[in-house]
Amino acid sequence: MIKAVIRIDLYRLFKTKDYWIPLVILGGLFFVVLPAIMLGLLSVVQNSPMVSQIGEIVGTLPATIQQNIQGDTPMARASYAFAVYLLAPIAIVVPLTISSAVGANSIVGERERGTGEYLAHSPLTVGEIYVGKLFASLIPGYLAGIVGFALYSLVVNVIVGRQIGGWFFPTAGWLLLVFWVIPPFIAIALALILRLSARVRSAASAHQASSLVTLPVIIMSYVVASGLLYSPVISAAVAGLIAWVVAILLLVSGTKSIKRERLLGVSSDA
Amino acid sequence: MDTTMTPAISFSSVRKTFGDVVALNGLDFAAPRGSVTVLLGPNGAGKTTTVRLTTGAMKPDFGAISVLGLDPQTDGDEVRARVGVVPPKPAFYDQLSGWENLKFAATIFEADEAQARDAAARFAIDDALDQDVGGYSTGMRTRLALARAVLHDPEVLLLDEPTAGLDPESSRAVLGLISDIAGRGRTIVMCTHLLHEAEGIADQVILMEEGEVRASGHPEDLANRYMADPVVIIDAEDRASLRFISELDGVLAVRDDGALHVTLDTTDRIPDLVIELVKRGVRPTRVEPIRPTLEDLYFEMQRAHRETG
Repeated sequence: MIKAVIRIDLYRLFKTKDYWIPLVILGGLFFVVLPAIMLGLLSVVQNSPMVSQIGEIVGTLPATIQQNIQGDTPMARASYAFAVYLLAPIAIVVPLTISSAVGANSIVGERERGTGEYLAHSPLTVGEIYVGKLFASLIPGYLAGIVGFALYSLVVNVIVGRQIGGWFFPTAGWLLLVFWVIPPFIAIALALILRLSARVRSAASAHQASSLVTLPVIIMSYVVASGLLYSPVISAAVAGLIAWVVAILLLVSGTKSIKRERLLGVSSDA
Repeated sequence: MDTTMTPAISFSSVRKTFGDVVALNGLDFAAPRGSVTVLLGPNGAGKTTTVRLTTGAMKPDFGAISVLGLDPQTDGDEVRARVGVVPPKPAFYDQLSGWENLKFAATIFEADEAQARDAAARFAIDDALDQDVGGYSTGMRTRLALARAVLHDPEVLLLDEPTAGLDPESSRAVLGLISDIAGRGRTIVMCTHLLHEAEGIADQVILMEEGEVRASGHPEDLANRYMADPVVIIDAEDRASLRFISELDGVLAVRDDGALHVTLDTTDRIPDLVIELVKRGVRPTRVEPIRPTLEDLYFEMQRAHRETG
């Protein structure tokens, strides 16, 4: 039953090009175009004051952090720091943005189309609908994150790798970030967004309200990414563990928070 | 307990409010198994709320509801698996084809693809299943909605304004299809505010207004209860020659609606009436006993309710 909800939502999304093309552009921009431009500029303008300044900044970081930064020259170390640490938040921000956009529309969208009435009269439990919608919103964002991550790895290795002495990306911290930290962070945001999507009266309101959720999560993601500077593996592992616990708690309570009446667009207790 | 003896649906003193608005105010009715019950009433009478409470999609504030011997609030999943619903303005995933929509319905109702294909064929929408539903006409959407509602062979079918927005031809076709389902022994509850739709289909008519049952029964019983006196339409070559008709024995009332609607105390009077007209030089062109329509009944019931209430 859950699979049916996921499948129809994903298929519907796939057939709505107006919806997913901007999201693909967003992913391409943040994972490929902007990193390529920035890292490319860093490698082209090797002797510019900007590179020297970044190198100096890297040189002022605590010794524990400097140990994690590879490269023999200031320019190489600046490129490495830029690629591995400073761009890490995009790995969370992009999938989160995509999943939030899909999730915000998921339940209120059913109501606006009128298909919520059909679901309300169906034998699907509200839990199945909630979990189905959550995965149908999580998958596009996470898939974009994985594909983006692969493309980003390619860009980083091609541009920065030759300065470091070979392909070095992804690092252990990034692997943990992508496979351990990002899924629960998206799930946390979606667990909250789906509740909002069930409560608000229009898709426009849902998108507005979802920004209230995504903003704190984005800030948290920056904190996590900053933690990667100090202790990449441990900070990612701990952040991921905490995020998983929070996500599971929110998901369990989320399945109980949605009422069948809300699919109809009427609720006597609204 | 022999559940076949219990009504398919029963509402007992059901009340439902939305804030200050009372949608249902102590609704009582029962839909026998295998019958067609028509919930008749103006917009806002509480018909859609009744459907939503029947499947457990909504909770009543008060009262008891039983569907196939089950409580929709506690056994909602089972109730919904055994009931089919055609909501008002049936909605679909418009970007997907008719078949993709039906397949989704088949999955969640645990029906197989063959059942979905059969249902589509039964409602003559099988030729359009490859098209995206967004391009369907209102009639095609209604047919697809009916196919979607019956593909799992539900024991109870709830139809909420199934002909809304349809042209007369499509509307008649849909009503014919509903009659066909009724002929298969399924319990049907149909909500409508269009009185002619209930004609010839209903085993039971429930007139609802302001969330209450104003009157209920078989159409003929209701006709006998509210319009016991027979009416005959009479016309003549010279209408003026009929002016004395109200003075004749057995004539209770005369109303001019283009032709004269003459209310008699009994249908046995009709032959004598015709003889008397001819004796007095009238050349009748029309003598037609009429069976009251549901529309006549509806307004008569409303009038009676206003007078007593």
